[in-house]
This record gives sequence, C-alpha cells and structure tokens, in this order.
Amino acid sequence: MSYCSTDRQIKDRLRNIIKDHAGLNLPPERIEDSTDLYRAGMSSQSSVVLMIAVEGQFGLEFPDAMLSRDVFTNIETIASAIETVMRAQQQ
Amino acid sequence: MTPKPKAIATSDLLADPAFQDALTLAAQHADDVDRNSRFPSEAVEALRTAGALSWLVPEEFGGAGAPFEDVAEGVFELSRRCAATGMVFAMHQIQVACIVRHASRSAWFAEYLRRLSREQRLIASATSEVGTGGDVRRSIAALEPDGDSLRLEKKATTISYGAHADDLLTTIRRGPESEAGDQVLVLTHLSETTMQQTDQWDTLGMRGTCSPGFEVRAICRPDQVLPVPFATISAETMVPFSHILWAHVWLGLSTDAFDRAQNFVRGQARKSPGTTPPSALRLSELSALMAQFRATVKFALDEYSESLEKGDRAVISTIGYAVRINNLKIVASEAAVEACQGALKVCGVVGYKNGGPFSIGRALRDAYSAALMIANDRLYATNASLLLVHREGK
Repeated sequence: MSYCSTDRQIKDRLRNIIKDHAGLNLPPERIEDSTDLYRAGMSSQSSVVLMIAVEGQFGLEFPDAMLSRDVFTNIETIASAIETVMRAQQQ
Repeated sequence: MTPKPKAIATSDLLADPAFQDALTLAAQHADDVDRNSRFPSEAVEALRTAGALSWLVPEEFGGAGAPFEDVAEGVFELSRRCAATGMVFAMHQIQVACIVRHASRSAWFAEYLRRLSREQRLIASATSEVGTGGDVRRSIAALEPDGDSLRLEKKATTISYGAHADDLLTTIRRGPESEAGDQVLVLTHLSETTMQQTDQWDTLGMRGTCSPGFEVRAICRPDQVLPVPFATISAETMVPFSHILWAHVWLGLSTDAFDRAQNFVRGQARKSPGTTPPSALRLSELSALMAQFRATVKFALDEYSESLEKGDRAVISTIGYAVRINNLKIVASEAAVEACQGALKVCGVVGYKNGGPFSIGRALRDAYSAALMIANDRLYATNASLLLVHREGK
C-alpha cells in the first residue's frame, strides 16, 4: 500500500473514493473540499461504507474517537484525520 | 472510579406535591385510559400544574433547568402507574430537549421557550411519514417557499397525542431540491396547523398515547425552522433522549409488573408462614432480569448525562456511541416483554384477569409496543453496518 504524502494528493484520492462510495447524486467536480457530504445526500449507512473504503485504500485504521460525524463531514475534515492517523502510524 | 449517585433517586421536583398529584391521577385513570383508548388528560393537566412540561427548559427561559436524570426518573415513576402517560411525558421532553439544545440561541425559539414555560405547552412530533418505510432519517415532503413564508405539508403515519398537543415539531426536507436525508425540524402551533386525521388508534397497547395518522398542513416563517440540520439533532439529542427515556418507560411498566408479582407471592407466603411458595422461585428469576435491565438503563443514563453536564460532544458523536444507544433500545424493549411475561407466569390466572391488583395484561400489551417504536430489526441492521468499522469493545 503506497501512502500519499501531500495534502492535495490525499484530497484527490478522497474525492474519488467519495464518488464511488458516498452515495451522492452530485458529480465529483462539484464536490468541493468543504462540501458538507451529509447535506449533499450521504446517509449514515453510506458514511460507514465510506469509512471502510477510506481505511482500506489508505491502509489505516481510524481509532473509535475519529469514527464520527464531525470527522466525516467533508473532504477537509477526513483528510485532516487521515494525516493525523498516518503521522501516528509513522511514529 | 468514584461511584456516581443512584440514577433513580428522589429529587425536589419529584417530591413536589403537584407532581405527586400527577402520579396519583396517572394511577387512578390508567385502566380507563387503556380501556377507552383515550388521552390521559387528568394526569397531563396535573403535570402542567406542576410545571413539569418545562422541567428541561433552562431557568433563563422560565423553566426548571432540571437535570436529565430528574426527567428520566419522572418518566419512570409515571410509567409505573400508567405507561401511556409516561410515554406522552417522555415524548414531550424529547421535543423540548431538541429545541433547548439546538435552537435556544435563536430569538424566535428563545421566546417560544418562555411561552412554553408560561403556558405549559405540550409538543407532539411528526417524524414518521407515509412512504419512507419507517426511516425517520429520510423525508419525502419538503418545505416549499410561499412568498416570505414556507409551506409545510406532510402525511404522517402516526402522531402521538396529535389531537391533544399545543405545538408540533415536524421533520421535513429543507427545500424542494434537497436530498431525502437533508432534513430540518420545524415547529408549528397547532392553532395555525391543519391536522386531518387519516385513521384510528385502536391498538393492542399504549392506547392512551392516541397516535393515529394525520395529514399536516401549515404555513410558517423561516425562523420556525430549527437552525441546525436534523441529522445533527437526531444523532446528538433526539436518538439518545428517545432511547433513554423510552427505556425508562419500559423499565417503569416492567417494575409495575414485577411489584404486582411480588405482592402476589407475598400474599401466598402469608397464607402459609414458614414455607416458601413455589412461585417465589420464578420471582427470584425475574428479580435477576430486572437487576440486569436496571443496570443497562442506568449505564446509558449516566453516560449521556455525563456528556450533557460536561457539554462534551466528542463521545456521543462517535460510531461507538451510536452502537451503544441502539443496543440500549433493543435490549430494553426486549427485556420489558420478558419481564411482563415473567410476572404473568408468577401470578397465573389472577395476572391474566383484568382489573385486579395482580393484573399484568396492560403492562404486557404496552410492552409489546417497545420493539416496534423504531423497529428493532432496523436497529439491528444499522448496528450490523456500524460494527464493520467500530472496534471498541465497550
């Protein structure tokens, strides 16, 4: 599993994962970094699918405290959580 | 860890003679309310007199600013006498909590809370909808712009005490273009809302909640919409409040059934002092179930109360908490039926007969509603999916 290093790369990968797994009726180009995914139509069920997909594709495990609505609100918040977990894993 | 005070403890609010009157009236009219499937108006009026409809409203808005534990205990005590009254009180408090926790900074809602406290207004809720298959997190109806106002039209499958409330809190899509899950909560006064009843409420149990279907129509102003998305209100307030207070209703009605069974066994023992009646063994089995039931409910109450006291959203917004609060509803709703069935076995035929001191019928019929209020199968399915990511063994 290759880790992406830059914030931009993480966000681009995330956008693709969201396109495939978040169950939105929104074209990917309209998903901004700050677009509220829940307001864009992501259900609680799809948010779990998204969490699993992110963990699988980035090769990481979120601690329980990060598996929350606040963290999975938008690309910004998810990317920041990914970076936190990656930093912790590298230490 | 320092042990926390007992969850089910006596507080000043509960000791207030006006609230004690409500308890007495709930007990006195419980069988009639059940038999005639009528609203428990005597007890609810007494709750108004006691100021109990604004227990959760902060003092700055004229309420009692009571801790959640007191409200839970009030629900428990009412439900020991009349589960329908307890459920009406619980549902009202859930709606109040949503407003207090998510809208009290809005000028319109701050004024509304003052009015609620002054007039002891009763709030019903329209979260169900024809066509959503029981999924309250999706709406078909949408708020439609109508000049400077908003038009609300919704076909609700059930609205508990809809014909007896003063105000209504409705879930609905934010606008005509919004996704099914992009919902808001809207408060309307029933004096300005058309409520057309669509069916009858003639049910196995919880007959006094009077919860038929309604078609709701109202015109409201934008400031009557709660300022926070329903998704947040649901996860942080409505679901935990509902599951914890419902669990207190079911614990209350089960405790009533247990008390009746215990009185029956004591009566038998008094007939032949020195020998333990055969039914005592079943009662002790039931006592173990009740201990487990109480512990489950108390854990959930303590965990949530602690987060409310600390103003800490971190725990309750996690997947792990969603799993636990769903488990509470599943476990408590199943335990209630088991407890009432156990009490019926202890009492035998006198428990099966209605209208006597050992009658279990009403409690058992009321308990059967528990698994249906948000179907347990839906919660099992939700948890099945959440457990794919949640790992904490709490």
